[in-house]
Formats: sequence, structure tokens, C-alpha cells
Amino acid sequence: MSVVILLILASLAVGLVFVGAFVWSVRSGQYEDTLTPSLRVLLDDPTPRIHSQPAGRTAAPGPVAENKPRRGKNIATNRESQDEPII
Amino acid sequence: MNIETFKYDNRIVRAFAIATVIWGIVGMLVGLLAAVELFYPGANLNFQFITFGRIRPLHTNAVIFAFVGNGMFMGIYYSLQRLCKARMFSDFLSWFNFWGWQSIIVAAAITLPMGFTTSKEYAELEWPIKIAIAIVWVAFAVNLFGTIAKRREKHMYVAIWFYISTAITITVLHVTNSMTMPAGWFKSYSMYAGVQDALVQWWYGHNAVAFFLTTPYLGLMYYFLPKAANRPIFSYRLSIIHFWALVFLYIWAGPHHLLYSALPDWAQSLGMVFSLMLIAPSWGGMLNGLLTLRGAWDKVRQDPVLKFMVAAVTAYGMATIEGPLMSIKTVNSLSHYTDWTIAHAHGGALGWNGFLTFSVLYYVFPRLYKTSLWSTKLANYHFWLGLLGIIFYIVPIYVAGITEGLMWKQFNKDGFLQYPNFLESIIQVVPMFRLRSIGGTLYLIGVFMMAYNLYRTAKAGQFEPDTEAQAPALEKVEAPHGKLAFHRLLEGKPLFFTALAVVAILVGGMVEIIPIFLIKENVPTIANVKPYTPLQVLGRDIYIREGCLGCHSQMIRPFRSETERYGEYSKAGEYVYDHPFLWGSERKGPDLAREGGRYPAAWHFNHLDDPRSTSPGSIMPRYSWLLTQKLDRESLPARLAALRRVGVPYPDGFENGPAQKDLDAEAAKIVADLKQGAVTCEPDREIVALIAYLQRLGTDIRSAPVAAQ
Repeated sequence: MSVVILLILASLAVGLVFVGAFVWSVRSGQYEDTLTPSLRVLLDDPTPRIHSQPAGRTAAPGPVAENKPRRGKNIATNRESQDEPII
Repeated sequence: MNIETFKYDNRIVRAFAIATVIWGIVGMLVGLLAAVELFYPGANLNFQFITFGRIRPLHTNAVIFAFVGNGMFMGIYYSLQRLCKARMFSDFLSWFNFWGWQSIIVAAAITLPMGFTTSKEYAELEWPIKIAIAIVWVAFAVNLFGTIAKRREKHMYVAIWFYISTAITITVLHVTNSMTMPAGWFKSYSMYAGVQDALVQWWYGHNAVAFFLTTPYLGLMYYFLPKAANRPIFSYRLSIIHFWALVFLYIWAGPHHLLYSALPDWAQSLGMVFSLMLIAPSWGGMLNGLLTLRGAWDKVRQDPVLKFMVAAVTAYGMATIEGPLMSIKTVNSLSHYTDWTIAHAHGGALGWNGFLTFSVLYYVFPRLYKTSLWSTKLANYHFWLGLLGIIFYIVPIYVAGITEGLMWKQFNKDGFLQYPNFLESIIQVVPMFRLRSIGGTLYLIGVFMMAYNLYRTAKAGQFEPDTEAQAPALEKVEAPHGKLAFHRLLEGKPLFFTALAVVAILVGGMVEIIPIFLIKENVPTIANVKPYTPLQVLGRDIYIREGCLGCHSQMIRPFRSETERYGEYSKAGEYVYDHPFLWGSERKGPDLAREGGRYPAAWHFNHLDDPRSTSPGSIMPRYSWLLTQKLDRESLPARLAALRRVGVPYPDGFENGPAQKDLDAEAAKIVADLKQGAVTCEPDREIVALIAYLQRLGTDIRSAPVAAQ
């Protein structure tokens, strides 16, 4: 069963990499803000703002908000198409 | 503020999306053929390349690595760029990843039906393809880390962490489990033997499910579910806990695939305990996904994308509570080797991976083509048909699995097995196999509907090869602790080759180290256990080539119901020369660990030629080509030499002369045995070697007491 040593070492090596990543993520401030990342992800659409923002709910402050999704338009069209009766 | 303009690469996303649809259809068609062969064994048309044992690994590889693999790359390449606010690190690596991956899939689709297989589940591909996988995977990892390094968003969204864990862990798993000794271009022997090989394989197998089918798809869930619902994830904190708990727990759960086997008991218990702990993060993640939709269920009613996602996340929850439950030893004693395992796997594959892939495809296609989905109605039909397909697939297979488990264990009131003939349990569940194939057909029809819908969507829209985006540059100051230098290093062009070199060194190091401490271990603990004879080695390789272990286990568990049926339970010491181990994971036929001497050679001959001539109602395919094909003696020296190199004590020079004489003598003996059963056969046919191997199985230990007296 000496292969167990190999597997434990490999597993620990992977584990240690993740411990290191975890320590890094905490120390570099990745988790200082656990709210806005979940909101900003909704705004990741790239092209500059063309349309006004439909609702304030997803607005985040700062430069990110300036990159308003141009999909505002697409979402609107999607909504329209989805208003059709389903099945 | 320095606003930078850049372009997201949509071409690569489209390429992976199309590959996902195509390989999904191929993989599921192969699965359907395999399902039909299980109740109609003639469905292979007596054509060896599409016989169940050979297409089963083709099906699993195609749906896991081709369908889900391409789906994963599609989702990652789409979301990573947007999460990092950066184009992929290198277009060259993106396309290297794409074409490399497709070439590997094509190579698999050719070699697996030809019988080139290592027999290790989800790692069947032979060593040249394994090397290609490592190179392409490293290219993907480098591209991933390079993109993260040049991101314009300081915070790494939780999905990125899931992608990172996939890239790192799969590299380590693949390299560790791929340690094989080549014996020619398309044949190799695992460096590990018996119980050690089993442990490495299921450490890999379990974590392939964890880090190939689960973590990348959780990353996709955390990106696409909030996007599709247009609302933030229920709890971002919970998602962070979900990730870290999952990566630290998952890797220790592998031994739950080997409960009640010859694996040491402490390792089994370790695997079981960690499996149970996994319920917590898994269900945290599932609830996080479902609760994101609180107050938005009206959208679910409307939007097929969300419908698929809700069903997928629910399937994830079901699979991740069922998996730990099946890891409890008492439950496992009933479920293992039965179709219950197949039902569990398909609940996860069809529900979680399949449905999430469909939802991402329905989400991504209209956006790539700057239009809306061609038909929401058709997508909704796809959803309901797919759901019906899943139910018609898994419910009969659950019934079949529990029926098998109970029938195998049933004793009558006199203390004898109620169903001493294994075949009775199979005949009982054949109707369930039929129903299952109907479920699979419904699911597949849904996929065809999706393919048409996506095609029409693409036709209606205008493909946007690059999406232009703007974001402020990330200030470099915020990389403390020498991270700046590290990023610089990452950005260097030679990174890819550095990473390849690291993997090569890893491989080289393991090749050096493993035999040293494994060979010592392989000193037999049971004196009677001897290496296989040359003829048996070739027979064993035919057993591997035909995928016999897809239906026949070689591991008798220490239960009275098993020892009554098959004989003495299996001991770890019996497998010290098994490169690779052939314990198998399911029983569509009886266990073969003690098959040797149970039937005369002629019975095996007739049974392999036409199983239904000796066992009416059997679902085993005919292997009539074994009667005509000549044994490949040419490769014998290379095979024996490779086996010696991994620690099987064949004397030096054995393969040059003595082995051939030994082979001829044993073949003549088998032919003589066949003659006694009124069967004539040339000694140079493949079936002779296979019979020699089957007659050897488990006989070493049976002869032990006699030898001792």
C-alpha cells in the first residue's frame, strides 16, 4: 500500500497549493468586499453605455458603472420575445 | 483614469460551442447503441468494433471529455474574458487548445473501438494520446492563468477560482494516473499493480468527476445563473465557502469506489467519512443557486435558459446527496456493482452536466450572434422532453439496480442462494434496460431540437467575432508580496514551454521514483501467487481489449452471498502481478475472480462463440472473431519486457525463446482440453489465449491448501 504515500503527497501538494492561494486571496484583500462582486458580475457587458440603466438595483458605483451594458437593448428584446406564450 | 479598449474573442467560444453540440450528439448516439446492445446483444451486427465492451469506454469518454469538456471550455472562454475584463492571454493557445482537444477526441474515437485501451475507467486512452492530453491541458492552464494575470478587475470572481482548481487538479490527477510502461505504440501496462493500481485509479476517477464534471460547471453556474436571472447570487460569501470547502474535501473521497474490496479498511473508512462531509458544501452551493431565484420564479416560467439551470442545479443537489449516501458502507454493499451506480452517474451527467450545458448554449448563442433565440417554444419543448428523458432513463435503472442488488443477496429459508444462477437477475431487469433506452432516445431527440434551434438562431443573427469592451487598467500597485514580479513572469512568452517542462520533470521524477518503492511492495505476500504465463498475458490483453471488465468484476467482496456464489473472497495479495488491475465496477455478468476451472475449456469456447448456446437469455455479445483471429505473438517479447520493467519477476531473457516454448506448450494443452469437449481449434487463435487466462483466474489461492499439505 506504499502507493498511498504517493497519493497523500500528491493530494497534500494540491491542498498546499490551495492553502497558499487561500492565504494570498485573504491577504491581498480579495474578500474584503463580499457584496459588490456579485453585483458587478451582472455588469460585465463590455460596450460603453448607450441606453439608460433600466433599474438602479444592479448599479455599482465607480468606473464600472460607466461601462453600462449595451445589452440593455438585448435584454429588452429578449424580454419582449419571452412575453409570447410558452408552450 | 486610464480607460483601455480591448476585444473579447468570440470565435473561440463559437468553435467550442459548435464542438459541444456535435460531440454531444455523437457521444449520446454511442450511448444509445450501448443501451440497445444491453437488451439486444445482436445490435453490434457481430462487428467487433461496435461491441459493448469497446463502445462503453467510447461513450463515457465522448460524453465526459468531448461533450462536457468542450462545454466547459466554451463556458470558461466566454465567462473568463468577461470576468477578467481582458481578452484571452494568447489566441495561439486558445486555438491550440481547441484543435488539440478535437484531435484527441478523434484519436479516442478511432483507438477505443479498435481495442487500444488501458482499461482504466475514464483514463482508457493509450499513452501517446495521454501525452497529448497533458500538453493540451497545460496549454489551457497557461492560457487561463495568463488571462487572470492580465485581468483588469482586481477581484477574482468565485467562478474563476473554480476554473483554477480544475486546471491545477486535473493536471496532477492525469499525470499520476497515467504512469504506464509502453510495450509498443498502442499498448502499455500500468506501473502500479493490483490494489495499488485500484487506489490510484479511483483516486483519479473520483476526482475526475469532482474536478472535470463538477468544479468547472459550478464556476459556470456562478457566472451564468446570475447573468440569466439578472440578479446577484443569493450569497456571495456562501459561494466562497462553497469553493474552499469543496476543494479541500473532494480529493480525499476517492476510496469510496472500493468499499469492501481488498483495499485496507482504514482507507475505505477515510473515503467514506470525507464523502459524507461533502454534503455540506455541495448542498450549500445548490441552495445558493436555487435561492438566487427567490422572487424571480416568474422568470423561470418564461425563460428556457433558467428552466434548464434550475433543473441542473436540482440534479446537482440530488447527485451530491446520493453520492455520499452510496459511500456509506452498508448502502454500498447493496448498490455496488449494480445499475444503481449507472443511475447515479446518469442523474449527474444528464441532469447536472447536460442541462447546464444546454442552458449555457441557449444563453451564449444569441449573444454571439447578436440576436434572440430563434424559438423559445422549441427550447421549452426541449426542456420538457429532456426532463422526461431523464426520468425515463434513471427510474428504470434505479429499479434495475436495486432489483439486482437484492436478488444477488437473497437466501432461501434453507440458507441457500435464492437465485444461484446470476443470469436470473439479468433476465429480470432486461425490461428496465429497454425502458432506459427509450428515456435516452427522448433526451437525444431534445438535443437534436436544440441543435436545430441554435442553427436557426445563428442563421438569423450576425456573428460578432470580437466584442469590443472598455475598462480601466488595473493598477499594478495592488499586487503585494512580490506578486508583481510573478505577474511579469506569467506574461512572458516562454511560459507555455516552462509549464510543459515542469510537467515533463514531474513525469520523469515519478517514472524514477515509483518503481523503486512499488516493486519492493510487490514481493508476493501469498507464496502461491505466480506471474501470468506468456499465453495468459496475451489472453489477459485480449480481455482488456474487448472491455470484458465493463460487465465482469474480478473482486469478490467478503459477504456470504458473494462467497457462496463465487468462492473465497478476494485478497490483496492475489493481485500483485495485475498490471493494470481489472476489478471492474459493475456486473452485467458474474464475477470472474475465481472463474478458473469452474467450467471446462470447451464450455468457454462455445460460450464465447455464442453465449446463448450455453446460457439461454444471456445478454453477452458473441465473440466469434476470437475463433478466427490469430494471436499476436510478435508483440510478446515487448510485452513481457515491459511487464518485467514494472516489476513482474520474469527471468532475464525469458522473452527470447523460453516464453515462446512455454506459450506453445500451454496452447497445445488448451487445444487438448478443447478436444475433450469435442471442439477442434487451431492453437494459434486468440480464443486459446483468452481461455488460458480465464482458466487461470483465481486458481493460485485455491491450490494453496493443497500445496501446503
